[in-house]
Order: sequence, then C-alpha cells, then structure tokens
Amino acid sequence: MTDGHTRAVAGTTYGTGALLVLGAILGLFLVAGATDSVMSFHGVLFVAFCVLGVYWLIARQFGGEKDAGRAATEDARYNDGVVRAGVIASTFWGVVGFTVGLVIALQLAFPVLNLDLPWTTFGRLRPLHTSAVVFAFGGNVLIATSFHVVQRTCRARLAGDSASWFVFWGYNLFIVIAASGYVLGVTQAKEYAEPEWYADLWLTVVWVVYLLVFLATLWKRKEPHIYVANWFYLAFIVTVAMLHIVNGLAVPVSWTGTASYSLFAGVQSALTQWWYGHNAVGFFLTAGFLGIMYYFIPKQAERPVYSYRLSIVHFWTLIFLYIWAGPHHLHYTALPDWAQTLGMTFSIMLWMPSWGGMINGLMTLSGAWDKLRTDPVIRMLVISVAFYGMSTFEGPVMSIKAVNSLSHYTDWTIGHVHSGALGWVGFVSFGAIYFLTPVLWHRQRLYSLKLVNLHFWVATIGILLYITAMWVSGILQGLMWRAYDSLGFLEYSFVETVEAMHPFYVIRAAGGALFVVGGLIMAYNVWRTIRGDLRDEAPVSSQPSLAATPAE
Amino acid sequence: MAGDKHIDDHSGVETTGHEWDGIRELNNPLPRWWLWTFYICIVWSVGYWVVMPAWPLVSSYTTGVIGYSSRALVATRIDEAKAAQAQYVARIADATLEDVEGDPELLEFALAGGRSAFAVNCSQCHGRGAAGAIGYPNLNDDSWLWGGTLENIAHTITYGVRNGHDEARFGPMPGFLSDQILDRAQIDDVAEYVLSLGGRAEDSAAAERGAAVFAEQCVACHQEGGLGNTELGAPNIADGIWLYGGEREAIVETVMAGRAGVMPTWGDRLSPATIKQLAVYVHALGGGQ
Repeated sequence: MTDGHTRAVAGTTYGTGALLVLGAILGLFLVAGATDSVMSFHGVLFVAFCVLGVYWLIARQFGGEKDAGRAATEDARYNDGVVRAGVIASTFWGVVGFTVGLVIALQLAFPVLNLDLPWTTFGRLRPLHTSAVVFAFGGNVLIATSFHVVQRTCRARLAGDSASWFVFWGYNLFIVIAASGYVLGVTQAKEYAEPEWYADLWLTVVWVVYLLVFLATLWKRKEPHIYVANWFYLAFIVTVAMLHIVNGLAVPVSWTGTASYSLFAGVQSALTQWWYGHNAVGFFLTAGFLGIMYYFIPKQAERPVYSYRLSIVHFWTLIFLYIWAGPHHLHYTALPDWAQTLGMTFSIMLWMPSWGGMINGLMTLSGAWDKLRTDPVIRMLVISVAFYGMSTFEGPVMSIKAVNSLSHYTDWTIGHVHSGALGWVGFVSFGAIYFLTPVLWHRQRLYSLKLVNLHFWVATIGILLYITAMWVSGILQGLMWRAYDSLGFLEYSFVETVEAMHPFYVIRAAGGALFVVGGLIMAYNVWRTIRGDLRDEAPVSSQPSLAATPAE
Repeated sequence: MAGDKHIDDHSGVETTGHEWDGIRELNNPLPRWWLWTFYICIVWSVGYWVVMPAWPLVSSYTTGVIGYSSRALVATRIDEAKAAQAQYVARIADATLEDVEGDPELLEFALAGGRSAFAVNCSQCHGRGAAGAIGYPNLNDDSWLWGGTLENIAHTITYGVRNGHDEARFGPMPGFLSDQILDRAQIDDVAEYVLSLGGRAEDSAAAERGAAVFAEQCVACHQEGGLGNTELGAPNIADGIWLYGGEREAIVETVMAGRAGVMPTWGDRLSPATIKQLAVYVHALGGGQ
C-alpha cells in the first residue's frame, strides 16, 4: 500500500471518529432531554452506535497488526469486507421483510391476527413491511452491489476505508431506528417516508457519505470510461438524496421529541409526497436495480451488453421522464387537471425508456440462451427482467386516467407493485446475491444450484399466485365500487366489497408464504456457501429428458 | 482500453472497444420498433397536451381545445344522475309514506333507494342485512324499541335516539347499582325475575323477591309482565329478543349500569325523500307494523 493510501485511510478514520464522537455527545443530549420515551430509546441506540463505532476505529488503528497481513493479501485490491456485510444484511432483512409482509397479508384475510395490540396492528406493521423490503432489503442490496460493481468496473479500491463501513452501519442504524419507531407508533405518516425528522436527518448524513464514497471511487478509477451500471447507481444515489430531503422537509415540534410537522400541506403535500413516492420506485427500485442488472447479467451470462447506444438513450430518457410521472398517483383528486395530464403523458412516454433496459437485459442473453436450462441464477436474472418489462408496461397502462378510474385505490395497485417488487427487484437481487456469495467468500461455487432452482420455482409460483389474485380482486373491487343498479343507486356497501376480497386475500397470503419460503431457502444456501460447504449434486437442467435422451 | 475494438463471435457485431471487469458492450443500433414506439408515445402525448389541460402558465394553464375539466364533468354526471331519479324523488317527497308503499312504481324505487342508503349510512351499526349486533337493534324482527309503523320508523331515522336533539327519541335506563337505587342482591333477584319471564329462572324464591322489586322499580317503563313501552323506548323483556344479550350476566350488567344506546339525527344529513325511502325499506324488512 502506498503512503498516500495509508494517509487517506488515516484521514477518513480520524474524520469518521470525530463525527462519531460528536454523534455520541448529541445522542447523550437527546437521551437527557427526551420529551418522549421513544426518543430516549432512539437516543440510547444512537449513543451505543457511536461508542461502538469509535471503539471499532481505535481497535482497528492500534490493534490491527495480526489482521493487517490478511487484509494486505486478501483485501488489498478491493474492499470486499463491506460488500460481504451487505450480502449478509440483505439476506437477513429480506427474510424479515418478506415475513412481515406475510403477516400483514394474513391480517387482511384474518383480522383477528392484529392481536388487538397496538404494536401488532396492520397500521404499524404495514410500513414496517414496506420499509423492510424496500429500504432494508433493497437498500442493503443496492449499497453492497454498488460498492462491489464500482470497485470492479473502475479497477479501484473503494474510497475512504472506514467511510464505506460508516455507510453500511449508519444505514442499518437508520433502518433499526425507523422500524422500531413504526412499531412504537412514531411516524411521519408519509408513505415510504414514514421515519420522523431525526431519522431523516441521520439518513441524510449517511447518504451524503455514500455519495462521496461512490464519487471518490469513480474519481480514482483506472478505466477511461465509466461503466453504464455506475451511471445508474449514481443517478439513484443523487436523485434519492434530492427526493428524501425535499419530501422530508419538516419542522420538529421539539428538538428532543419525535414529532414534527411537514412543511407542505394539502394538495401540495400530496403532490410532493407522490413526486417522492413515484421516484422512490423510479430511482431506488428501478435505476439502482438497473445498475445491478447491467453488471450481473453480462457477468453471469458471460456475454457482452447488447447495445451501448441503447444503454445511453434509455438511461437519459428514463432519468428525464421518470421524475415527472408522480402525479399519476393523484388522478381524479384535488390535483389540477393539467398536473394530472402531465403525470399521465410522461408515464406513457416512459414506457419505451423503461423497456430499453429490458431489451438490453434480455438481448444480452443472445448467444447464451442455453444457460437458461443449466444455470438457475441466470434464469432468476432473466425472469426478473421479464417481470420488469411486464410491470413497466402495466404502469403506463394504469396511469391512463380511464384505466386509473377503475384501478385506483384497489388491490390492482398492490398487485402491480408486487410484480415489480417481488419479480423484478426481488429476483434481480437474489441473482446478485447468488453471484456475489461465492465470489466474495472465495468459494468454488454456491453450496447448491439445485436449491437455487427450488428457490426460483417456489418464488415464481408465489409471485404468480400473488399477482393473479390481486388482479382479480382489484378489478372485482373496482367494478363493485362503481356498480349502480337500474334505478341509479349504488349496488354494494363498502363492507360487501371487503367481504368479496377474502378468498383473494387468502390466495395472496399463500403466494407470499411461498416467497418467504424461497427467501429462507436462499438464506440457507448462502449460509452453507459462506461456511465453505459444497453439496454433492448433479448439474441442474430443467428438461433432463430432452437433454439426456437421444431422439429415437 | 479504447481502440481495442473486438468483433463478437456469436453476433458478428463490433464492440465499443471498452472492457470493464470482463464486460464488453456491443455497438448494436437502437431497435427500430423501440425507437418508433417511443416516437409514437411522444407524438401521442403532445397531441394529448393540445386537447387536454396540460401545461402550467404564469397565472393559469393551457386549457386544451375541448375544454375538459374533471370538476365540471363530475358536476355534470351528478346532475344527470339526479335528473334521472328526479321524477321519482319528487313524487316520493310529495307523497305520504303509505302512498309510497301503495304505489308499485314508487315502492320499487323506494326499496332500491332505501337499500342503497341503508348500505351507505346504516349498515355500519345495524349490519349489512339489518340483523343488528349487541347494542344495535335487529330491524328484521317485529320487536320495536320505538314503534314499527312507517311514521315511527321515519321519526326515529329523522331525529335519532338520545343524541341531544329536541325531537330525538329519549328514554332513560338508570344504572340501578351505580345510581345506588338497588343493592347487588336485589339486582340478582330482578335478573332472576326477568329470566323467569322467559321460563329460564333457576331459583323461584329469588324470582319472587325480584318480582316485587320489578313491580316497584321497573314496571313504570317496562310495564306489567315486562312487555315494554315504545313511547319510552323500553324494550319488551319477555319476548326473548335481547338488545344487550339475554344471558344472566348481561342482564345483571344492564340493570347495574344502565344502557343508553344512541343513534344520530339523520334529518340533518339526508333529504326527506331519502329518509322516506329508508323508512319504507326498513318497514319492508319483515317486522314493520
């Protein structure tokens, strides 16, 4: 290692250390002056985080002689440690988030499962589920894969050694604060932006460090050009920062209490919220995961990306158009007609830019289609792109006002989100985790490809059950709400429409249960791979009879 | 690695000459169908902007050539829907409740309108099929707290029950223990007597003592034999139909703490014609007098 590198590492270590000491002092003030019990609990968490962080930095700085040798050989080129941590965190949060999703799906089918306790009601567990899957699972996958991809495609070690660890642990602290807050009843009541002002501020600090680490790594790159995956990651990081800050603008009731008031009110609040919410989908769950797709599909398929030109054009059109589409969440509301029109038309224009990613993902397989039969990891990545294509077609369709008047507020929306979330985000993440685990732990291969295959089928059937149930129930619900009899009276009371949903809610829960089982299979496989086990098994082939027996 | 152009073996397409961690990019053109579909979406959107309200201006917005307004449209639709029902509504408003029930055309309309209004406004408490729940009367049976004639029902709907309105139905059921009128033993005796009205007494001595207490404290409202009084909303406690449950524990609790169910004043929220439709609908549910 060069002197410059050592100095840089020392520099970020002292910087991070100073930040953590400052944080610990701030945390103590919070604990001392907290006006509600949740704030004092979160203050304690924060102090513990900062103290442990300082301890870790000191231990590394002064006691690291015996680890230094290992670090020099194994981790000299790339910082893989933080990526390994991210893979483990992703797998853990994935299982947690899917399970909470299953619980709330069952609560909708069987309300008695709310247990009549404030902490376990649907209203508190629902944001726990969405945040756990989107931010805890998805966010850790994005941080881990972006740190991996940016190092490999820049041929540069991650900038700021302890800074990247700060991003990882700081982000996960944010998740713990947000999640425990929800369960204890602390919420900003903005969908996908429920964490209160202090958690938002903390996330802002973490996110800025994330941006700096990513930018500095790009800056250090030894490749002349920046690979397309990194464009998407950078767009994701920058835009999410902007969305988070603007939508989170709020005035705390007290500096030592959890509650705050949003800066926006009325329809402005709704529009800001859906500008945020839609682009959380667009930049967190789409742009970021396209970054994953652009690295892991060509790597796993061992094929070149289909079209460089398409990647440029669809990147810029996607970035430009996505940010305008949010108002389609507010059709037929107090939002002015002109804003609704813009939301709808920009959503329709967004269709092809979205599909550009699908084309590049699928066509990269050309010349390697046979791998679909033998490699369940590539199958997972490909089906994720197929789900991406499906839900990015369904999205523009649902943004059309005539369609939206039927679909809005119904389960169709939930089905749409889950075909994107389970199918696209879930599967592309699983593919990345299956790719990364043997690479990061220097294993010959995964513990078992057969288990990957099983995960693939169990989860795919789960998704299909989920989205078909929600299509049927959503359309049924929409039709029941708007049904009038021949004399012009409403045909159904609300509770009748709720009752009609019951069988579909049961089917949805069954689909969700299969998806959870798939997550558990993955967790087991990852764990065994990390342990260094290899399952003795025959190669996977979905059509053994065709492949193995010659024609008669 | 610029300049390191490379022809892909499988497709014969040239790469861009860069390589990142083993990944190359083919220099394929944009798919034609993709590009044209994208153009069509843009052209269609621009056309839509011309037709519909679309772009904000300094103090206004482009209104579009067809003058579309979702607010105006919904107002029109509501007007149309009201116009379609207007003749029936007007006739019901002018008719007596009996006339509505007697005219097959008006009856059909009133039953449909009443069912719909009931589903929206009443089913939350009385249940979707008006079967009621603990504390919320079943409207299908012929046990009426405040009378089951068309006029009685219409009055109850219009003014509600124990809600503070001057015309609202009102009748007190004291808490005989909480108001220190009776002691606990007396209340057990009364409960025993009430049970005996349905032939369910287990302790005839207690029931006899309870009968004396009942005669002194309860008869004024619930009448001799517990037959009730619709003027005061005092339920018939001998017919086996229970608003708050007919088990011993429930009866004891009712006598100890009293009951005072409420119902909103619907006259302020629903039109007279709608209330008539509701009254006809409820009257027709099975128990109308």
